Amino acid sequence: MADELIERSGAEIAAGVSSGRVSAVEVAESTLARVRDVDGLFGSYLAVLDDQALAQAANVDERVRRGEKLPLAGVPIAVKDNMCLDGTRTTAGSKILEHWVAPYTATAVARMIAAGAVPIGKTNCDEFAMGSSCENSALGVTRNPYDPSRVPGGSSGGSAAAVAAYEAAIGLGSDTGGSIREPGAFCNLIGFKPTYGRVSRYGLIAFSSSLDQIGPLTRTVEDAALAYDALAGYDPMDATSIDRAVETTADALRTDLRGVRIGIVKEFDTATLGDMDALYRQAYRDLERLGAQLVEVSLPTADYGVATYYLIAPAECSSNLARFDGVRYGLRVEGDDVRQMYDRTRAAGFGPEVKRRILIGTYALSSGYYDAYYVRAQKARTLIAQDFERAFAACDLIACPATSCPAFEFNAKSDPYSMYLMDYYTIPMSLAGLPALSVPCGWIAPAGGSVPMPIGLQLAGPLFSERLLLGAAHAYEQATRHAQARKPASGVRA
Amino acid sequence: MSAEYEAVIGIECHVELKTETKMFCGCRNEFGGEPNTKICPVCLGMPGALPVPNARAIELILKTGVAFGAEIPAFSKFDRKNYFYPDMPKDYQISQYDMPLTVGGSVKYWMEDGTLRECSLTRIHLEEDTGKSTHAGSGDGRIAGSAYSLVDFNRAGVPLMECVSEPELHSAAEAIAYLEALRRTLLALGVSDVKMEEGSLRCDANVSVRPAGSTALGTKTEIKNMNSFRSVERAIASEIDRQVALLRAGERVVQETRGWDEINGVTHSMRSKEEAHDYRYFPDPDLVPLEIARGDVERIAGSLPALPWQRFERYTKSYGMGAKPANQLIDNLALADYFDRVVERSLNAHQTSNFVLGDLSRLANETGVGVAESKVAPEHLAELIELVESKRINSKIAKELVARMWSGAGSPAEIVEREGLAQTTDRAAIERFVNEVLAANPSVVADYRAGKTGVAGFLVGQVMKASRGKADPALVNELVSAKLRS
Repeated sequence: MADELIERSGAEIAAGVSSGRVSAVEVAESTLARVRDVDGLFGSYLAVLDDQALAQAANVDERVRRGEKLPLAGVPIAVKDNMCLDGTRTTAGSKILEHWVAPYTATAVARMIAAGAVPIGKTNCDEFAMGSSCENSALGVTRNPYDPSRVPGGSSGGSAAAVAAYEAAIGLGSDTGGSIREPGAFCNLIGFKPTYGRVSRYGLIAFSSSLDQIGPLTRTVEDAALAYDALAGYDPMDATSIDRAVETTADALRTDLRGVRIGIVKEFDTATLGDMDALYRQAYRDLERLGAQLVEVSLPTADYGVATYYLIAPAECSSNLARFDGVRYGLRVEGDDVRQMYDRTRAAGFGPEVKRRILIGTYALSSGYYDAYYVRAQKARTLIAQDFERAFAACDLIACPATSCPAFEFNAKSDPYSMYLMDYYTIPMSLAGLPALSVPCGWIAPAGGSVPMPIGLQLAGPLFSERLLLGAAHAYEQATRHAQARKPASGVRA
Repeated sequence: MSAEYEAVIGIECHVELKTETKMFCGCRNEFGGEPNTKICPVCLGMPGALPVPNARAIELILKTGVAFGAEIPAFSKFDRKNYFYPDMPKDYQISQYDMPLTVGGSVKYWMEDGTLRECSLTRIHLEEDTGKSTHAGSGDGRIAGSAYSLVDFNRAGVPLMECVSEPELHSAAEAIAYLEALRRTLLALGVSDVKMEEGSLRCDANVSVRPAGSTALGTKTEIKNMNSFRSVERAIASEIDRQVALLRAGERVVQETRGWDEINGVTHSMRSKEEAHDYRYFPDPDLVPLEIARGDVERIAGSLPALPWQRFERYTKSYGMGAKPANQLIDNLALADYFDRVVERSLNAHQTSNFVLGDLSRLANETGVGVAESKVAPEHLAELIELVESKRINSKIAKELVARMWSGAGSPAEIVEREGLAQTTDRAAIERFVNEVLAANPSVVADYRAGKTGVAGFLVGQVMKASRGKADPALVNELVSAKLRS
């Protein structure tokens, strides 16, 4: 019974709790039991909120009894630890915030809770969401549930691993250059980044403000749609959130792609991806088989995405992370004067990747270099967005790889630049603010590995095209059912 | 300073705006209070907190810009000014770099002798204030060498206007007159309390000197730590003297920041640490660019109150008032508004200012009730002035009426009518009173004729009394003098 319950989708759990067939408390208890069983191996969570989860579940049961209609009634969720939850430690995977307790709740988390979701815990991530493997976390190691010798992806690796390992039904992640989509692809999940401005960033510890966007990691497209419908909407606390009516997506899940023009990006030639090439070609054929019309589109400037991103994101982060100075909260290492306290605190509190990006960003914004780096990067960003606009004149959605390889082994990408390239296919959409997701599209035995690993197909649409995007992903998921082909590792240590 | 040198001064002001809430969060914007009681995750720079701009603060800046004739660009934006300081919660200040809310314009100011002058503005922009640090154990209250520091974030995030003038002022007196005009205008606009002692107005002065007749600018110094208008005046005067003395001695002025030492009356060089800051300005990605609608600018322009310099010009040029009474009115906005309402009707600025600044202000002081809030309606005062003007009542009756109107007696014309207080200009009737009084006071008349002409006043007073105050005093004077001399 317990195993069966935890493997249910969020939609099934919400239906069960809403109809009274199962209580939210039972779901929470089963989930917490699962976490106790397997999280020693997977390391998805930095903190498990047993008491709060059970209290919240009891609260949901009470609300259901009172007749409230809760779209996420009793759905156990995993919250990436860069999102504030009142009264809980919120670390962003960093030593500098290791003991910081958030005094307020992020809007996105509050919206999930209001819809009936039950936060099970706070999940590991690359420090301040900077990374693509979760290896940059200063506070723990997270393993890929499909092969614990491999990374779960990042930066939302903890939420991805939690959902893949049935330690939650829905994970909240944040995506700056691919941090939801890539771990989604690595962990056999839907990883969905909504249109920039659609989900409030209030309470999300900022990495790169103009790129950060919260979204769900789920085992089904339907769950992604349910989560999106709960998350999306204007927030007066976030000046960049968009004040425009949200179109719901849970009622837009289609089973065919008739009349949908899907662009295949000329510059993203999958022939360079070795064994993955065949899987992507098959994926495109499957889209066509579902009724889509495939058209070739061109994104000539997309190749500059990584270079552009690694100026804008570090520039913003160099400023966003200045506040971690030891004065008001977080780690403080005393010094002889305030300057030395700053230096020591930040030297001890930040890991190497965070320092690297702060240095890059500080340099890019410096007098004399600003025009050559930051301003040019902004211009490139505009050109990339314009490429997409042109492409979407000829197609409704774009299909392309989510990543250039499946989940890799720990320490395989010790050169920072090779890690940066992990986001090659996801960064352009981030720079353009577009909604995009990865959906499982097959399995591949990675080089040097015997366990088949999942790979993801990326679908992206124009701004605010969430209905079509999730609808199309649903049609593809239902027709191919790649995700169901394999189960995660048992999680029990040999 | 001598005629060989000319001083060139520019003033940079920081003004806390009078809004209900802070610039980017919902915390109360008010002076004082227990430390760290008006704070929230946003103004503390907590992880994940985001700023949302205060529309009222933007409106107040636009209002100020329009009042000073500045250009209001259609687009503006907020930038981050990055530097580390313990009382700045985010270690960057949200400010405006290259696209301020207002550009150009000028402040018209006036000197004590009444001459109107003008100083161009460079720009006005909006930013957030920092918290307030108290450094303990360093002796001089500075962070260097202090044992510990306390920070109060109540002020952090208060909307702050930065108003920068062009270097077009040439003396300490002009600088003060400029600041006075700026202060009076911001008060009239309701933009700020503009209190230097509470820090809602803070200013720095850029001072340089050059040989008279030269157009090139000399090397400037920036003067800080001036806590009152008086100290601004003294600091600038002292700095000009210092620079002139240097040049006379063949030495050079060093470009630096100097602090004003109130006690010793001199400026001293501050540590040069602040010199080479690279603030790494860039557009704040948490805030979207501001689009300023033309309609809003027009609405603001159409709703401006009378501006102090306009009043000053009107009072002194059109009404012929002296600079001092004009300033007295301008410095009491309610009184100036009252004055204007009376003048609109009385069309006699001289009499109006006499009543408003004289009798009414005295009554206001005595009773603690402002003239504008008193029972003396502007139209009734105008009526009174009209009665005096047309010689229907004399000044003595007028004074009595003012006192009665203050107590709520209402329309003076009605009182005059009802009580028959109209002035008597009937020569024959007054002559009768004069004859009666002279007849009743033979000894006084004798004294007068013996050369003690001062007693005439007594006789005049007796005649006035006999007429129950209604006789035209000028006529009484004339007739008494004539009778005594005959």
